[in-house]
Amino acid sequence: MNIIVITIIALCAIGIAAAIILYFVAQKFKVYEDPRIDEVEEALPAANCGGCGYPGCRGFAEALVKADDISNFYCPVGGAPVMSHVGALLGHEVKAADPTVAVVRCNGTCDNRPKTNVYDGATSCTIAASLYSGDTGCQYGCLGLGECVDACNFDAMYMDEKTGLPVIIEDKCVSCGACVKACPNSIIELRKKGPKSRRVFVSCVNKDKGGIAKKACAVACIGCGKCVKECPFDAITLENNLAYIDYNKCKLCRKCVVVCPTQAIHELNFPPRKEKPADKPTAETVKPMAKPTAEKAEKSEETKNETSDNK
Amino acid sequence: MLKTFSIGGIHPQENKLSANSAIQELPIPQIATIPIAQHIGAPAKVIVKKGDEVKVGQVIAQASGFVSANIHSSVSGTVLKVDDVMDATGFRRTSVVIKVEGDEWLEHIDRSEELVTEITLTKEEIIKRVGDAGIVGLGGATFPAHVKLSVPPGKTAEVLIINAVECEPYLTSDHRVMLEKADEIMVGVEILMKALDVKRAIIGIENNKPDAIAHMTQIATKYSGIEVCPLKTQYPQGGEKQLISATINREVPSGALPIEVGAVVQNVGTAFAVYEAVQKNKPLFERVATVTGKSLKNPSNWKFRVGTPVSDIIEAAGGLPEDTAKIVGGGPMMGKALVSVDVPLTKGSSGLLLLAQEETARKATKACIRCGKCVSVCPMGLEPYLLMVLADKKEYERLEKDAVMDCIECGSCSFTCPATRPLLDYIRLGKGKVGQIMRSRK
Repeated sequence: MNIIVITIIALCAIGIAAAIILYFVAQKFKVYEDPRIDEVEEALPAANCGGCGYPGCRGFAEALVKADDISNFYCPVGGAPVMSHVGALLGHEVKAADPTVAVVRCNGTCDNRPKTNVYDGATSCTIAASLYSGDTGCQYGCLGLGECVDACNFDAMYMDEKTGLPVIIEDKCVSCGACVKACPNSIIELRKKGPKSRRVFVSCVNKDKGGIAKKACAVACIGCGKCVKECPFDAITLENNLAYIDYNKCKLCRKCVVVCPTQAIHELNFPPRKEKPADKPTAETVKPMAKPTAEKAEKSEETKNETSDNK
Repeated sequence: MLKTFSIGGIHPQENKLSANSAIQELPIPQIATIPIAQHIGAPAKVIVKKGDEVKVGQVIAQASGFVSANIHSSVSGTVLKVDDVMDATGFRRTSVVIKVEGDEWLEHIDRSEELVTEITLTKEEIIKRVGDAGIVGLGGATFPAHVKLSVPPGKTAEVLIINAVECEPYLTSDHRVMLEKADEIMVGVEILMKALDVKRAIIGIENNKPDAIAHMTQIATKYSGIEVCPLKTQYPQGGEKQLISATINREVPSGALPIEVGAVVQNVGTAFAVYEAVQKNKPLFERVATVTGKSLKNPSNWKFRVGTPVSDIIEAAGGLPEDTAKIVGGGPMMGKALVSVDVPLTKGSSGLLLLAQEETARKATKACIRCGKCVSVCPMGLEPYLLMVLADKKEYERLEKDAVMDCIECGSCSFTCPATRPLLDYIRLGKGKVGQIMRSRK
């Protein structure tokens, strides 16, 4: 009986002593954490995609609370509504940033860009790119192994089996940039979404001289510079035989789309043109162009093509 | 019990189909395409331009830096263009394209077959001559030979090891060179010994070439300090570090060069090229390669001029078989598939292997079953299964700590994996990235 009482008293005494020590230790080593971090984190979408450039939403929240000016911060997932909410929480005024969206800048479909050999290595674009210049004549274009699709956390991409190219589902894309980082050939770019999702861009990243580029792919940018001359807003630059449209300067007049001899400049989500429907000329001119290139490539590569078609 | 290296290794089917075929001379091509990066290190700098007349043996691109090598014209004729051309690496690279007219050699090259045994040059002169002749390691890695001969201050070479292992299945070019040019090789070895100031040289030959072992042993008795060391057939014995382990039982520390343990390794083909450069004034513009494959009509060994298109050598060996699915430049273990038969043969082309679909088809990747086979066969004592995952997850710091840079890319892990996982593909990727990180740190 006595032993039980002593045990209980002893345990209680140890408990009280430990509690007192812990109380003072907690006072001494207290870490102050801004309560706003929790609030901001709550307001963020909790996708933890890293698209903002910080390690997860918590990291972004910490950075936001610390910053004096949050105009350079942007959550691609939540977009403007989330940022204005965060701004309100932190007492900053936030100007609505232009929403962006991922754009695949390659139109090297199986028809446009005939295969010259068959890749048989590990299913990874990065590995394929480190091994050789790809299974077509174009060493810059899409390798078609879908590393960008694997990288997408939002189911916003899929590989089109017909074209062998990745497709971005605009509504789902949060513009986190994961696919941009995943692509070893830097084909995907985050571009301004544009009013009503209307966009004009050069769908090619081939830096070869015109002849080589054209031979490899019917819809390659050949660096002729016609679009540069045509553009009334100086939005197009030509570097290393490749045209690039600055989306901040582009006013979506679509003049460049018409002059491009290879249909390398694409327009998206525009209403059909009045004089000439936008879709038709592309489809018509692409096909006859693709044929001779295919034959040529086959000739020089007949040995490889014949035997490897069965993949 | 024959010697071999201490850890790991595999023994794939040998398939030395062309071992009994004497070396033949391949006709000179009509157009030679000579890439300016045929070696490890900085690409050479082109010194000819369109329209220039060149002769056989003339320098057309000069070494740019210490680890680099001169490129010589292998043919005589007119330079058609200097342009980016697809080569055996699978990338378009700068090459000099020459239209062949006749076969006019530079006058100072001695074209006679006569054996010259007396070595008149001094140590420094030999190294300079080897560098000028653009000689690179002919085993396949194409490391400039003069760099290996220049022993860094503070280090001494004790022994020269000649790599005559030819551990890659199918390939027989070194084998044939040993049978046909043994005396020249021995003089080449003596020259290398003089350049390195060593008194002892060991020629390592695997015992799947008994005729070469017998012949070389007999010839070696005429020369002092050269011994032939028969080795047990085991892949990758031709790896520098494996060969050192097999012949002199020393281990090269992680990240160090063979000179750390007093050894310098040169390929047997390189020894022959050194003989030709030093005694005959002939730079490296031709070498011997095997063209082989199970359905090929005539698997054989050919001496070719650098820049000859691959299609020429296949034609010479009986034409492209119908069932060819893949053409590999080099051996089946470390070789690389070619993208076209138009790519030129280079200094590093030790062989061409034509494979049918059923021999080469890549099987589906399955999950790792943790059997540990890759670990037991890795000749460098690495853990390939782990390195693959780390490379895939981009854990570069951990990769570096786990000695990914020690990987010699022999492919034993991928060869042995029962789940047919692309181990080496990912490891090579990780190695590339870690290498970049390490270089940027310097």
